[in-house]
Amino acid sequence: MSMIQIENVSKWYGDFQVLTDCGTHVNAGEVVVVCGPSGSGKSTLIRCVNGLEAIQQGRIVVNGTALAEPTTNLSKLRAQVGMVFQNFELFPHMSVTDNLTIAQVKVLGRSTEEALARGLTMLDRVGLKAQATKFPGALSGGQQQRVAIARALAMDPICMLFDEPTSALDPEMVNEVLDVMVELATEGMTMMCVTHEMGFARKVADRVIFMDHGRIVEDASKDDFFGTPRAERAQLFLSKILQH
Amino acid sequence: MDTFDWTSIPGALPILADGMLITLEITATAMLVGILWGTVLALARLSGNRPLAWLAAAYVNLFRAVPLVMVILWFYLIVPTLLQRWLGVSQSSDIRMISALVAFALFESAYYAEIIRAGVQSVPKGQVDAAFALGMPYPLTMRLVVLPQAFRNMLPLLLTQAIILFQDTSLVYVIGLADFFGAAYKVGDRDGRLVELLLFAGAVYFILCFGASLLVRQLQKKYST
Ligand SMILES: Nc1ncnc2c1ncn2[C@@H]1O[C@H](COP(=O)(O)OP(=O)(O)OP(=O)(O)O)[C@@H](O)[C@H]1O
Ligand SMILES: [Mg+2]
Repeated sequence: MSMIQIENVSKWYGDFQVLTDCGTHVNAGEVVVVCGPSGSGKSTLIRCVNGLEAIQQGRIVVNGTALAEPTTNLSKLRAQVGMVFQNFELFPHMSVTDNLTIAQVKVLGRSTEEALARGLTMLDRVGLKAQATKFPGALSGGQQQRVAIARALAMDPICMLFDEPTSALDPEMVNEVLDVMVELATEGMTMMCVTHEMGFARKVADRVIFMDHGRIVEDASKDDFFGTPRAERAQLFLSKILQH
Repeated sequence: MDTFDWTSIPGALPILADGMLITLEITATAMLVGILWGTVLALARLSGNRPLAWLAAAYVNLFRAVPLVMVILWFYLIVPTLLQRWLGVSQSSDIRMISALVAFALFESAYYAEIIRAGVQSVPKGQVDAAFALGMPYPLTMRLVVLPQAFRNMLPLLLTQAIILFQDTSLVYVIGLADFFGAAYKVGDRDGRLVELLLFAGAVYFILCFGASLLVRQLQKKYST
């Protein structure tokens, strides 16, 4: 069974159709990379997966739970799905420790001690144990993004969504974040990543999805995608991106 | 009037202090209620619920379109009747205070609501997304993530509004309540030293308000870095 199932999803902003009949899936343990030109709907699609955006047509099922069902508790579902944003979105008025523990305590109902232990374990895992008492503003972009990943992991998610996690970073900080993501992938985390880091895709992706104008125009295994992309736009896009 | 005579001021200090107490009581109550009720109004206005947002907007616009003096008078005319009818409170001088407190609290709420609305909107939308993505429901997101940041951003504005409010309490003279200004006026009138007493009261207002505004500026500097 797929961890994430996306079926015939369409979405409009007013008259403007952002997503047109999108369908794909992410199996448990799979890493799927989503790429495509700016404005093609990548963020919108991934934000639909945990219901940050509502869809007007189609169906999204996460771990057997259909998002649109009236009986679905969206908050409860989101608590199980980790998400990492382009701009980190750590809570600036809280210390790193509080960032890591607050949702564990208030959403999952864990005790403060348990949450702290879990949070610090995850912080250690992203190599930032020494920063626990600092505030996000005192950290570099790369460090903030690693804390954001630790914050999501501390919730023990069943899968992780990444929306261009490295594109707001200075070039020298990209790798520290990618390293954490690669490690996660090799450990078997189910991941859906919007990214243009093709090195990352080559290394750990199982499948690559290419989007254009709100449509999924290519959905292929990594080898097929990099070997012989069928869609013309994907070929063009790849040749542009791989030149850098 | 060739010379000032300040001699009636020392003897008047207890009365003036009582007046200041009333001023502070009204200011503090209006601030507290204003911020709480203002937060409710602001969130209602920002909510996707059309009727709720409309009601909140109507409330805010109504109070902001009417002079404070009139609101104070209205409530002075309405509140005692209501209290008598519903609670059986007898007509006494305290009723003036209660009606003033109600008027100020409800009036200030409208202004605080607008400040708080701007404050909430100043928090990046990504913060809400992050809180939602962690499984926080809307109320928790507001309480833990949005409002703390909003209040920090708008602290200078909230305090500036409090300074204005502190000065505006002098308007309770229209219902015969002796706040600091009212007390100074009464004593000055009684002793035939109105000019001195009003100069003195003015100096006190100036020192307190200017001091407070300096403090706000300090605060602004601290938070803007
Ligand atoms: N709230 C919104 N209202 C109206 N249009 C929107 C909204 N959000 C996004 N769009 C539009 O939808 C389209 C898809 O946006 P989306 O952010 O999903 O693209 P993207 O593929 O993530 O692009 P990028 O690489 O720039 O992040 C864009 O044309 C964008 O302008
Ligand atoms: Mg995007």
